[in-house]
Amino acid sequence: MAEPITDTVATPQAVFGKDAVTAELADNAAVNGLSKLITDAKWDRGELTLTVAPETIVAAMQAAQTAGYNFFEDLTAVDWYPTAPRFQLSYSVLSLKLKQRIRIVARIDESQTIASITSVWPAANFYEREVFDLFGVTFAGHPGLTRIMMPENWEGHPLRKDYPVEGYR
Amino acid sequence: MPPIAAPDAEDMIAPGVEDVVRASVEHHHPHGSDPVSDQTMILNMGPQHPSTHGVLRLVIELDGETIVSLAPDIGYLHTGIEKTCEAKFYAQVTPMTDRIDYLCPMTNNTAYALAVEKLLELEIPERAQWLRVLFNELTRIQSHLVWLGTHALDIGAMTVFLYCFREREDLLRIFEAVSGQRMMTSYVRVGGVALEPPLDLFAIIRKFLKSFPSKIDEYEGLLNNNPIWIERLQNVGYLSPENAIALGVTGPPLRASGVDFDVRRDMPYSSYEKFQFKVPVSQRGDVWARYIVRMEEMRESTKICLQALDGMPEGRIVADAPKIILPDREQMKTQMESLIHHFKIVTEGFQVPAGEVTSSVEAPHGMMNYYVVSDGTAKPYRVHMRNPGFATLQALEVMCKGQLIADVVAVIGSIDIVLGEIDR
Repeated sequence: MAEPITDTVATPQAVFGKDAVTAELADNAAVNGLSKLITDAKWDRGELTLTVAPETIVAAMQAAQTAGYNFFEDLTAVDWYPTAPRFQLSYSVLSLKLKQRIRIVARIDESQTIASITSVWPAANFYEREVFDLFGVTFAGHPGLTRIMMPENWEGHPLRKDYPVEGYR
Repeated sequence: MPPIAAPDAEDMIAPGVEDVVRASVEHHHPHGSDPVSDQTMILNMGPQHPSTHGVLRLVIELDGETIVSLAPDIGYLHTGIEKTCEAKFYAQVTPMTDRIDYLCPMTNNTAYALAVEKLLELEIPERAQWLRVLFNELTRIQSHLVWLGTHALDIGAMTVFLYCFREREDLLRIFEAVSGQRMMTSYVRVGGVALEPPLDLFAIIRKFLKSFPSKIDEYEGLLNNNPIWIERLQNVGYLSPENAIALGVTGPPLRASGVDFDVRRDMPYSSYEKFQFKVPVSQRGDVWARYIVRMEEMRESTKICLQALDGMPEGRIVADAPKIILPDREQMKTQMESLIHHFKIVTEGFQVPAGEVTSSVEAPHGMMNYYVVSDGTAKPYRVHMRNPGFATLQALEVMCKGQLIADVVAVIGSIDIVLGEIDR
């Protein structure tokens, strides 16, 4: 189906790029709090996605926490194999007061590691173990980075795109 | 024949047993503890333990009967649902979402449908939204009934279990009437709901809702003045609001710790903003508070269901998007275009614009998020579920530390654990 879906309501135009999002959401707490760290930004379907450099992930999380986003919701990865950088780490944080959610994204390659954010949010512990287990991303400084879903002696990381859906490897 | 001398206690420990113990808890032992020490004992609880409501293994370090530390070991029910979703069409993912949190299939369906609808920018008719609210709340009651029954059973009150399952049976019959399935309903679909409810169903639901508040009173009559129930629940498993937020706890355990946050009220979805209901909050933070909060939630859910029945709008139950939603059976037989749409949706699925979205709903166990990434094809590039139990399990150690081992059972019951959603 190449033609666009016609039966939809008009939605606000998506905004891409750091400068455009900063201009569009000038009074947003997250955009202001993380303004120095953002490398890219996206405002799409009512959701704010802020991309930061992987080296600054802990600083970004602390900035988000200071800006009022006090609740760590979720961390997961998306494997964009064979594109480089391969992994997109999506952190979802929520402000219980502002009732807003933002997504902080960091992109890393297979050979890179990223700092653990368990010092900022202890809740990230299990989520980082899950990403380590299913994607093979290493989190430096995690208190106990072991497999959580798969058996300890499992080979490979099932949610990678080069891992088959069925059959044996 | 000479009498056999009783073996010395030292000899009964097989050589090398200490190494076996160390190896068995190598990956999961509590932080900083030696599994073989003179001071403490490591106890392996589960994975096959009735109070874990599934297959949860806890490695508990004990000093006498007091818990020094505790480490959960999960993954026994891991079936790779997220991986399977990547190989299915968008519509084919719905039946798999049922099986994640098998006590609230309607809520899972809703969360997934909301995410895909956000990607498609679909407008859902009001009747479908209200039907979603109605069945989400009935599911909440159903899930809380299972929680109350099994929680009471763990503590030793058998009667409540039988009473709860009596009412749950009524609800499962309602689900069967509306979707054809008792548990794995797949009723809420992308673009709306699957079927128009049968004509007399609303009357049956109304009859159930009319008698249900008195049933809640009945459960409370059995439990609230029971000295064993009070002793086992009050001042057990305390969780401070700071810890609850830091450890990602959501849902009734968060509200029982005094944090007033409910996705239905604070970030409304599916017309929840049109309903009047209270969000029960308690400041106690113990197992008793979680019990009280959930009992009140059942009462509030009853009110929401009645409002949904009273104000149920007329109209379509699916969005007007013929390229996404399967056509009516009659139309398919008479109209060429509907036949083409049907054939294409079934064989090729429907393409979803590229993007990434998060949907969030208040499941009976807490906040449930679906993160769906689309690359513009007919199959999702990535589906990730943020399930409440996974994060709440991290708080188990904080809640159990310094308590007696029997309290672990009460605390696990109070966080309403469902291993299917944790392991996925």
